[in-house]
Amino acid sequence: MIRIKNLGKTFTTADGIVIALENIDIAIEEGQFVSVVGPSGCGKSTLLMCVAGLIEASAGSVTVASTRVTGPFTQVGIVFQEALLLDWRTVLGNVLFQIEMRGLDPKAYESRARELLDRVGLGGFERKSPWELSGGMRQRVAICRALIHDPPLLLMDEPFGALDTLTRDQMNVDLLRLCAETGKTALFVTHSIAEAVFLSNRVLVMTPRPGRVIADLPIAFAGARRLSLRTTPQFAEQESRIYSIFRNIGVLRDE
Amino acid sequence: MSSSKRRRHAVFATWAYPTIAFVGFLLLWQLVVVVTQLKRFVLPQPLEVLERGFALLDLLFANTPATVLAIALGFAGAVAIGIPLAVLMVASRALESSFYPLLVGSQGVPKVALAPVLVVWFGFGVLPKVIMAMLIAFFPIVINTAVGLRSIDPNYLHLVRSMGASAWRIYTRLLLPSALPQIFAGLKVAMALAIVGAIVGEMVGANSGLGYLLVVANGNLDMALVFAILVWLVLVSLALVGIIDIAERFTIPWSRNTRTRELVQVQG
Repeated sequence: MIRIKNLGKTFTTADGIVIALENIDIAIEEGQFVSVVGPSGCGKSTLLMCVAGLIEASAGSVTVASTRVTGPFTQVGIVFQEALLLDWRTVLGNVLFQIEMRGLDPKAYESRARELLDRVGLGGFERKSPWELSGGMRQRVAICRALIHDPPLLLMDEPFGALDTLTRDQMNVDLLRLCAETGKTALFVTHSIAEAVFLSNRVLVMTPRPGRVIADLPIAFAGARRLSLRTTPQFAEQESRIYSIFRNIGVLRDE
Repeated sequence: MSSSKRRRHAVFATWAYPTIAFVGFLLLWQLVVVVTQLKRFVLPQPLEVLERGFALLDLLFANTPATVLAIALGFAGAVAIGIPLAVLMVASRALESSFYPLLVGSQGVPKVALAPVLVVWFGFGVLPKVIMAMLIAFFPIVINTAVGLRSIDPNYLHLVRSMGASAWRIYTRLLLPSALPQIFAGLKVAMALAIVGAIVGEMVGANSGLGYLLVVANGNLDMALVFAILVWLVLVSLALVGIIDIAERFTIPWSRNTRTRELVQVQG
């Protein structure tokens, strides 16, 4: 589904050249949920933007669904940390914004939009305005907007980073269910190790600048993933594998 | 504060405060005239001004339509040229570097000095007043629209690019609506300036309109009438800017500007 070869990205800033990404090689299979964790500024968002074709790579290549990404890749739904809703549109209008911007007929997608909103617990909120919603609800609308056109790939850049812990937990459960139901491939950037372990089939661990992938960990649990999974020894073991990597590279220190 | 109390408070704030402020201003005016014992033809008393104004109400009314027409056409022209120009300058680097220096530089020219030139070119009709109003009103519209278009969070642009949206859709469905609060701020400044433009145009060469009336009254040393016209102009300005205010509240009820009106007020 996604093939990233030798990807590099350098930025020229006032202080000189910054190497944001270096030698990134990743292959992601269809239907996989892959998280990228790393400290702030390690280039994980840059990596996501390169996959979306919204930032031009300095070296290497990105191929999605056997198409080389050279400009904005449109077979995708993107969710950012901010919900980025339009205040002058209703909740339903915000979901259908995706459809209108693609030049498709919003009427044809209205029932699907309502169904998606219903599935994330926003049934009855279709006519509300974004400013009447809580942060978690706004982000749910953003997720519906990213799914309305049924893209094969979902790119998420710390989508729950601004939410409180309880809301975040609920969003994790809901996202897991949505992805399982729809079979989407997902690339998920987060700085929460627990979130990454809970959601993913695979976790990619990145180093601070220059950003490189130093570990590619498969995550598997027996049975369905529920919130109670996070208090099991198996879950703690997966988390501690990632923590120990961060300790080894000096991102985390005990004293 | 209970909600009914709050509503009474709001009604009070809408009508009582402006009235109190206005009456206070008149009293202060009266006081200045009495204390300094200024001559009537230098500064008339407010009562005298009101009397003269009411006596010549027909004259004021008769000269208002021409002025309002010049203001309205000048303002409309400034909107029709200013907003598209701002869009083009934001959309194209080449157009921006061509027009921006000219635009800013042109603001150094005192437009009042152009009024006689416009009369020479376009005569004594409504056209030179319209052009004058337009020239003055145009700048804040361009600047505010351009700032509004540019002040969007860049992630919105990333989002719509990932949707494969055309430039037309990005402008009409994302950038322009999101710039509306700033555009309205520009429109209010522009309306106030269009009024100045039209009056200046009429003062230089006209045979009707409130600006023309001002010149005539001034020539007759009829200070009471001069001030009556000025008071009338204040009311006309309030009405015209008020129209934009109302249009703003109806067009962009979602705007933070509209919604935070009460919140930013210091409660006491």
